[in-house]
Amino acid sequence: MEMDKVLDVQNLHAVFRINKKEYEVLHDISFSVRRNETVCIVGESGCGKSVTTLCVMGLLPKNGRVTSGSIRLDNTELTGLSQKAIRKFRGSKMGMIFQEPMTALNPLLTVGYQMRENLILHRGVDRKKANEMAVEYLTKVGIANPEQRLKQFPFQLSGGLRQRVLIAMVLSAQPDLLIADEPTTALDVTIQKQVLALLNHLKKEMNAGIMFITHDLGVVAEIADRIVVLYAGRKVEEGTVEQIFRNPLHPYTVGLINAVPDVEKEEFVIQPIPGMFPNITEEIPGCRFNPRCPHAAECALCSKEAPKMTEAEPGHFAACHLITAGGAQHD
Amino acid sequence: MKREHPLRTAFRKLFQNRLATICFFVLMIELVLILFAPQIAKCDPNETNILLRLRPGFWASSDPKYVPEHWLGTDELGRDIWARLLYGGRVSLMVGFTATAIGLFFGTILGLLAGYYKHLDNVIMRIMDVLFTFPSILLALLIVAMLGVSVKNATIAISIWSIPSFARMIRSRVLQIKQEEYITAIQSLGATDFWILSRHVLSNTLPTIIVIATMRIASAILSIATLSYLGVGVPVPQAEWGGMISSAKTQMFQAPYLIIIPGIAIIITVICFNILGDKLRDILDPNLKD
Repeated sequence: MEMDKVLDVQNLHAVFRINKKEYEVLHDISFSVRRNETVCIVGESGCGKSVTTLCVMGLLPKNGRVTSGSIRLDNTELTGLSQKAIRKFRGSKMGMIFQEPMTALNPLLTVGYQMRENLILHRGVDRKKANEMAVEYLTKVGIANPEQRLKQFPFQLSGGLRQRVLIAMVLSAQPDLLIADEPTTALDVTIQKQVLALLNHLKKEMNAGIMFITHDLGVVAEIADRIVVLYAGRKVEEGTVEQIFRNPLHPYTVGLINAVPDVEKEEFVIQPIPGMFPNITEEIPGCRFNPRCPHAAECALCSKEAPKMTEAEPGHFAACHLITAGGAQHD
Repeated sequence: MKREHPLRTAFRKLFQNRLATICFFVLMIELVLILFAPQIAKCDPNETNILLRLRPGFWASSDPKYVPEHWLGTDELGRDIWARLLYGGRVSLMVGFTATAIGLFFGTILGLLAGYYKHLDNVIMRIMDVLFTFPSILLALLIVAMLGVSVKNATIAISIWSIPSFARMIRSRVLQIKQEEYITAIQSLGATDFWILSRHVLSNTLPTIIVIATMRIASAILSIATLSYLGVGVPVPQAEWGGMISSAKTQMFQAPYLIIIPGIAIIITVICFNILGDKLRDILDPNLKD
């Protein structure tokens, strides 16, 4: 089982320095991604989803740094590696798909040039072979007439096509871990479906692990094997899709799921989570979700002590005092 | 399905503009005249003839059919002005292009490094600031004074003077490009800094480079004319537009055409390059207004 883990993040802490003060953006994050598994990281904007991916890729901005914890990629420790050393892993071991396919390709170079360059770099093939492989990978991601596409510039392709090109580029380096940072957010719903199906298919074919960042629970339900819910830089719940959707334990997860409009319900209302997402500069004692939690009044501990991760059922973890206090009652 | 490189689109747009097209063709004609100067001018630009001093050109007679042997007249040493104008243009344009190319080469490298590496930024840009504080002609005079008067040294002087402005412009562009997502995307694919800089950042500074280089050629031509006028550009017998004006100073009231003709040549060339640069900027890089 341990051997299966492509990515293993343990007790990761990260800070950002703003105006000479350091603020913690990730607090004690642990999760792992196995081969042929999709782990979705879910949460509101600013909860630390993207920062987590940047930590893994070693692409944190200059004012951010990992303070403690470990990131193991295929049993190689990544934290503490120099940029030069971590560069060897980028692309070849872990590939990243970005949110905005419109801006993630160099506008002045042809698709073919950018794909070839990547193949030459990672697969050590010559130009001619690289071209053949580029065609092959474009076909693999479902692009019709790939030869012609290779000669085109990014601005001649639609968003869905560009995202496919990017996926093809990342895959062509044969990474073990695929990091997808909201890859479908900028696409319309039909294209979204196709891209998700493609990722699912490719994951099996390449036997890779996917770390999927999103705030769209519809997408989560479609693609995830397991879910990690983040709130304000902390992991609040983790479990399989079934566990999380059938039996959400943390009030925040419940809120997220309730916030998805259900067209089948008679009264069609969106239930937002009350309150505002905390700023990273804010100090919140106890459970960070406490000020917005509908159950805060029921529990005295919430505002005093940070809750610990507890295993409620096998493989299903949550950090909430209500669980430790003996079974939370959520509706 | 149309397939056109963005830069080619830009040049197509350029030719939709009448003024820019005229400027482009004026410069092209100039280039042809200068390149084929020996065939067109027929006589040696340095051949003096004391018997033919200060002969006026075609304007001496009101008869439009009157074409004298030296159609633009001769100067105070009896040298053919038309020949001197063409050969002088060779020097001006050559210095203009080479000085810009050299300045561009070093300016781009420094600008790329300063924009991309934060720790180099301060060092490089402060050195550039020091170069900037020198008035341009003073700096050129200083360099020529140290190295001696020759076309080569004048070129070096002008190129050194143009490095800081290139570096500054490229740097500000790189700072923008660095923020683009495709740079992060390429980083995440494991590309080295050298690769990113040389392929991806450089290709995106190209519009800026084209625009400022065009403008720079104009100022370089003006500079070599100024240096020659001051007597530290092109050594004396060799023809050069600024030098021609300089040597005609004493005959200014006797034969004003000696000054007017090379003056017009400088003005046309510089204005054409400037307009071309201006239009290119409108098309390629609307943000670049200095």
